[in-house]
Amino acid sequence: MKNLFHADKNGYYGEFGGAFIPEMLYPNVEELRKKYIETMQEVSFQKEFQQLLKDYVGRPSPLYFAKRLSEKYQVKIYLKREDLNHTGAHKINNTIGQILLAKRLKKKRIIAETGAGQHGVATATVCALMGMKCVIFMGEIDIARQAPNVARMKMLGAEVIPAKSGSKTLKDATNEAIRDWINNPEDTFYIIGSVVGPHPYPDMVARFQSIISEEIKRQLVIKEGTENPDYIIACVGGGSNAAGAFFHYLEDKNVKLIAVEAAGKGINSGESAATSILGEEGVIHGSKTLLMQTDDGQITEPYSISAGLDYPGVGPQHAHLFTSGRAKFLNATDDEAMQAGLELCKLEGIIPAIESAHALAALDKMEFNKEDIVVVNLSGRGDKDLDTYIKYFKFD
Amino acid sequence: MNRINNKLKEENTSNNKVEKLLSIYFTAGYPKLNDTVSIIKDLEKSGVDMIEIGLPFSDPLADGPTIQESGVSALQNGMTTETLFSQLENIREDVGIPLLIMGYFNPIMQYGVEEFCKKCDKIGIDGLIIPDLPVDVYHQKYKEIFERYNLKNILLITPQTSEERIRFIDSISDGFIYMVSSASTTGAQNSFGESQINYFKKISKMDLNTPQIVGFGISNRETFQQATKLTSGAIIGSAFVKFLKENSINQINEFVDRIIK
Repeated sequence: MKNLFHADKNGYYGEFGGAFIPEMLYPNVEELRKKYIETMQEVSFQKEFQQLLKDYVGRPSPLYFAKRLSEKYQVKIYLKREDLNHTGAHKINNTIGQILLAKRLKKKRIIAETGAGQHGVATATVCALMGMKCVIFMGEIDIARQAPNVARMKMLGAEVIPAKSGSKTLKDATNEAIRDWINNPEDTFYIIGSVVGPHPYPDMVARFQSIISEEIKRQLVIKEGTENPDYIIACVGGGSNAAGAFFHYLEDKNVKLIAVEAAGKGINSGESAATSILGEEGVIHGSKTLLMQTDDGQITEPYSISAGLDYPGVGPQHAHLFTSGRAKFLNATDDEAMQAGLELCKLEGIIPAIESAHALAALDKMEFNKEDIVVVNLSGRGDKDLDTYIKYFKFD
Repeated sequence: MNRINNKLKEENTSNNKVEKLLSIYFTAGYPKLNDTVSIIKDLEKSGVDMIEIGLPFSDPLADGPTIQESGVSALQNGMTTETLFSQLENIREDVGIPLLIMGYFNPIMQYGVEEFCKKCDKIGIDGLIIPDLPVDVYHQKYKEIFERYNLKNILLITPQTSEERIRFIDSISDGFIYMVSSASTTGAQNSFGESQINYFKKISKMDLNTPQIVGFGISNRETFQQATKLTSGAIIGSAFVKFLKENSINQINEFVDRIIK
């Protein structure tokens, strides 16, 4: 593979990435760095991973031609149906992979951070599946606004610990998970939910999510006689679903990659999560990337109606895709995303996660030729967002 | 010669009874924004040998609750990198002991690493402790800059650090090695257990070139004495920050007396 856009051996994507971790974490991260590729390539690992993706997650997820949506936008739109996975989103592709890795490293206890709770649920799920102890860190504020996912995690046997520091949301839950890892360096494996964190996490998570683009290639050949769409559109918070949807297309510039960030109440409203525009180079959670911060280098709290997109940073690979121009970064406001979500319900009978609705909102901002093939990665389903939809559209 | 090296040399050669070095950490801008200078002066007057001035950060990964909270307060009080530098501008007119700044990498990056180092040199800061600046990045990218501005970059080792890596860290260290007492974030412990004592012994037997100073978990006379039995000194952070929360900054000498008198 050419290597313009994938991680180099030290985990750098151009200027971004690396492992900016305190010495306390060095042995754990180093062990993972040395073993992750080798372990993932073992025949027995691949066999177990593929089997679980098929029988447990329900893969391959369909590549669905959205006829009525296509008519509306006068272009061929396919939806990659990650929303149909077990637990309702792409997140489980990664947690299955990481827990198999944790088992092979003989770890006994799993920790994870979660924002909206999707990654927490996906982690609690695989821990139940493997009979491993599971501790999920979640911001105190997120716990209050995502009660159903908290209940799911508890039903699945996880302990949910509120992160009470800082702004009490995803970034603080991540801080608490990292602190827990520092305090438990021997028996604990940290399952990070996105393409963020110190090397090798961004690359490892992208590899586990790369099943998405691998399947798109296979499925599109059958439907359109070509592996390559003209556009792939995915939403980006930390960026794991986009990393998976882009993975096998990164080096092929005929495929245009569109990343959609959450603009919240507007880019200049002070309540936004559009990191590529509002962020500056910096270090967050062990990775050099673009992040939202004050002039003084204090990390600021992002905002989006979608709890899965309000991360103040972005994965280092995405920072590189943005600055190199390989991917085009668009953004959608809360209002645009909510309308796009409702539109998909009405045209296709699919209720998308509000995160994924941001990707759909990009359709209205782009100019297409009628023959263009567009794949939108529908990263998750909207069941978890019903409360937000109901309040926003006043359905009650 | 750098004040840190001088201080350590002095401690080692004061023959009869070996004096162990006491270093104190506090968060700049806490409890009040402008307490920084008077805390430093009082610490020196009370007999402290070295001071780590904490530059507060919104996301301090290696710190436990006490130091986290002090950082949140300090930032709310309005502490910034620029403010800290202006508070410290004339500190060398009054204070002679080694001063270090301890902070996370992101605020330093935003200030500009070279600018930051230059400013530290001008003020008379002797060293930096940046827990999330990895050893290899420092070694390849920043060592030369730090040296140009006479700053010691203090590197950490922990009970999980391999012997080979400790040797490497020793080979590129100057000043002292920050020996983290146990696998933990910062925070006070009441005493050290057997595994920590064994770790102190193991490091002592390695006979490193760079002196070691123990940090994390030191809170009182007992832990200070345990930690310094086989090392050159110890650092107290959380316990002091907690003391400042509960007492007036005029009582600093009482805190120090309890440790070393």
